[in-house]
Formats: sequence, structure tokens, C-alpha cells
Amino acid sequence: MTSKDFEIELHLLLDAIYLKYHYDFRGYAMASLRRRARAAMTLFHCETLSQLQDRVLHDPEVFPDLLDVLTVPVSEMFRDPSYFRSLRASVMPVLRTYPSLKIWVAGCSTGEEAYSMAILLHEEGLLARTIIYATDINPHTLRRAEAGVYDVDRIQTFTANHARAGGHSSLSDYYTAAYGRAVFNRALRQHIVFSDHSLATDSVFAEVQLVSCRNVLIYFNRELQDRAVGLFREALCRRGYLGIGAKESIRFSPHADAFEDVARDDRIFRKRESA
Amino acid sequence: MIDGTRLTGTIDLVVIGASAGGVEALIELLRALPPTLRAGVLIVLHLPRDRRSVLAEVFQPYCAVPVRDAQDKDPVEPGTVYLAPADYHLLVDDTRSIALSVDELVHFSRPSVDVLFEAAAEVYRERTLAILLTGGSDDGAAGLAAVRRAGGWTVVQDPSTARVPMMVEAALARGPVDFVLPLEGIAELLGRL
Repeated sequence: MTSKDFEIELHLLLDAIYLKYHYDFRGYAMASLRRRARAAMTLFHCETLSQLQDRVLHDPEVFPDLLDVLTVPVSEMFRDPSYFRSLRASVMPVLRTYPSLKIWVAGCSTGEEAYSMAILLHEEGLLARTIIYATDINPHTLRRAEAGVYDVDRIQTFTANHARAGGHSSLSDYYTAAYGRAVFNRALRQHIVFSDHSLATDSVFAEVQLVSCRNVLIYFNRELQDRAVGLFREALCRRGYLGIGAKESIRFSPHADAFEDVARDDRIFRKRESA
Repeated sequence: MIDGTRLTGTIDLVVIGASAGGVEALIELLRALPPTLRAGVLIVLHLPRDRRSVLAEVFQPYCAVPVRDAQDKDPVEPGTVYLAPADYHLLVDDTRSIALSVDELVHFSRPSVDVLFEAAAEVYRERTLAILLTGGSDDGAAGLAAVRRAGGWTVVQDPSTARVPMMVEAALARGPVDFVLPLEGIAELLGRL
């Protein structure tokens, strides 16, 4: 199989997935997608992506598993602790002035970021008046996020991150550990609405004061990234905040001028008055 | 052994992978990069994953061309060195731009040398020069093979001169490479690009 054949087959597979299941990966960054497609070939014992396409089209049970491979969920609680420190220092004081809060965690994967946000808000005394919309395209991942159950061996990292994020409570206040699992409290979950939403194909569903979307845009090509940032701009209230991943940028986006820096190194922006 | 002058003017991207002992080895190579370098240089160095990277500042004084932390979607500029940020895989996309990912660890590493080398081979094909240095890991062997399959050039540090030879030995055990050289030899090769 030549590299050119692989490219052709990859495009055909993405078209097939879109036409049959309405998941649109056509605007994803190809470099990572190629790796994921190769991983899928191994997992499903297919010699070529054409074989995989055949199975995806004719065996409906294959698609959810393929979706898991294509959307590899990798996250941890309070990843990049300084991001949360900046939210605490620069964003929470303004959010505090709103009588009720809506926050959008876009691309929430298995929920770590949404729970981190809920804990931060709880520590700031704001959770009671907040709804966090945590969205993702993968229903299987969303179910795991909603369950809020994590392997207990990940808790050590989460706890260290939380402390470095300036947490002034103990992470252990928020979960119950049993049988090698940590189950996060229902009290947190009550303020999180997990739902299915695609930054590639869906539109804005609510007005929010803060959008947090970290390490999602890196998987999109320029055009899809622009679409997503456009959605965030539209969803944000007047002078709302946007947080993205530490190595992501909106510099080259047509929406760049709509935002000003709040914490440059932590990639937190604020919508300009005129935007 | 092949005559290194054949590479002059044929390389658009240099990819370098290093692990244990890599900082000193990289300094020696970065010193050798000519200010007129046309190729872009992408580097994966395994690091403790929760450390905020200051490597660009460490390396810059030794290097005649700019050294930057790679940021997603930055175009790969000629004559510029990009370092994989801690806890991200570093890849290149079809538009010859930086692509980062937080996909799962490969050989217990993120960034992984294999991930970089394989992506470089896909995009830059025969205009890739891949260099594997000291390290105590299996990372890089598969990536080096991918670069070779794509028609690119492959170099490993002579294991007898590597601080930790495991990584280059793993690559040599996997298949043939174009050059096996001590750091001075690799530096000379880079100086001629």
C-alpha cells in the first residue's frame, strides 16, 4: 500500500462516516488523524482503510468503537495548573458579579475538565449559581464523563495538579474512593449538563460567560478551527471569556480581533466590547 | 558509508530525537547549524512531563538560528529550530505547519520521537533528515524506519559515543541506516546542509 493510496482511502473513509453517521472528521488535522486511522486498522484487523470502510458501512456495531479510536480521549484534572490559577485570579472576580452563570466546556472528553471547573467554582463559592455545559461528539465518552468515575491511580496526579492550581480545598472532599475507583460527588454533577454537540456541524445553543476549550483546536485544521472559534464568539455574552490550550493560538483566526488578552501565557482571552 | 555532501541542498526538514543525555548532545549539534540554514529543524527531547519547558532559552545561546517552543499551526519556517513542548506530541501537517496532539503516550513518552519521525516522513518524504541520539528507550526506531521507507536520510549517533546507547542500538537492531556517526560527524553533516 502506498502512502498515496492511504490518503485516498482516508478521505473516502471520512466521507463514508459523514454520509452514513453524520460525524464530520473532514476538517480534522490530518497528521493526528493518520495515526488514529492506522491504530484503527490494527484494532479492527484490517489490511487497508478500504476494508475498514466496508466494515463501518455494513456493520453498525463497528462505528462506536471506531469513534472511540478517532476521538482518543486523553485528559487529566487540572491539566496545566497555571490555567486554573489564572481563571481564579482574573476571571472569577468578574464572574462573581453575575447573578447566574453559564459556562461551556467544549470537547469535554471523559469529563476531567468539567469536574475541574466545577471544583474551582465551588471553591470560589460560585457553583450554586452555575450551570456547566460539557459537550463532546462521542456519546460513549459522555456517558463516562457523566458517571464521573476515574481509576484511583490517576488521583495522585489530579491531586498534585489541583494543589498547583491553587486549590484551597482538598480534592478528596469531592470524591469517594472504593474498589480502585474514585467516584466524584453527585453535588458537582448536579451543576454539569453533559450533552452531545459537534463543533464541526452544530450551532450555538446557549449564551455563556466563559468558554473553556483546551487541546481540542489542535485536532482541527484552520477552517474548522475558525468555525469553532466563531461559535465561541457567538456563544459568549458581552465581554465574555475564552480559554484555550497552552500551545494553541487564535492569532491567525479571522476572529482574532474580537478578543483581547487576559492572561497571555495561559491563553485566556476576553471578548472585546465591539465584538 | 555514504558521502554526506550529497545531502547539501536536498533537505527541507531535519528531525532530531533524544532522551537521556540529550541536552548536551543537542547543544553540540545546535552549535553546528549554519546561520544560512534552509531547512527547518524539529526536536523531540524526552522530559519529565510536568516540567514547564525552558529549553528554548537554554539552547538559544548556542545556536545561530532562532530556537522556539513549537506552537500549534505555526508554519515551519526555514532556518528555525522548534522544540516539542512538554506533554505534547509534535507532528507536521500537510501544509508544512506544526501540529500538536495530546494523544496517548507512545513508548511511555509524550512527546515521542516515533510520532515526530513518522509524521515528517509522511509530509517531507525524501527531503527529510532524521537524527537519533543518546537515550534509554525504544522510541525512534520505528520512526527512523519510516523515514527510510519514505526515501529520507537516517542518521544515528555511534552507540559507543552515546551517553546512553539503548535508543540508538534499538534503531540499529531494527534495520540499516545511512550514517552511524559520533556527534562531531553529525555536526559536520548539519554544517553542510
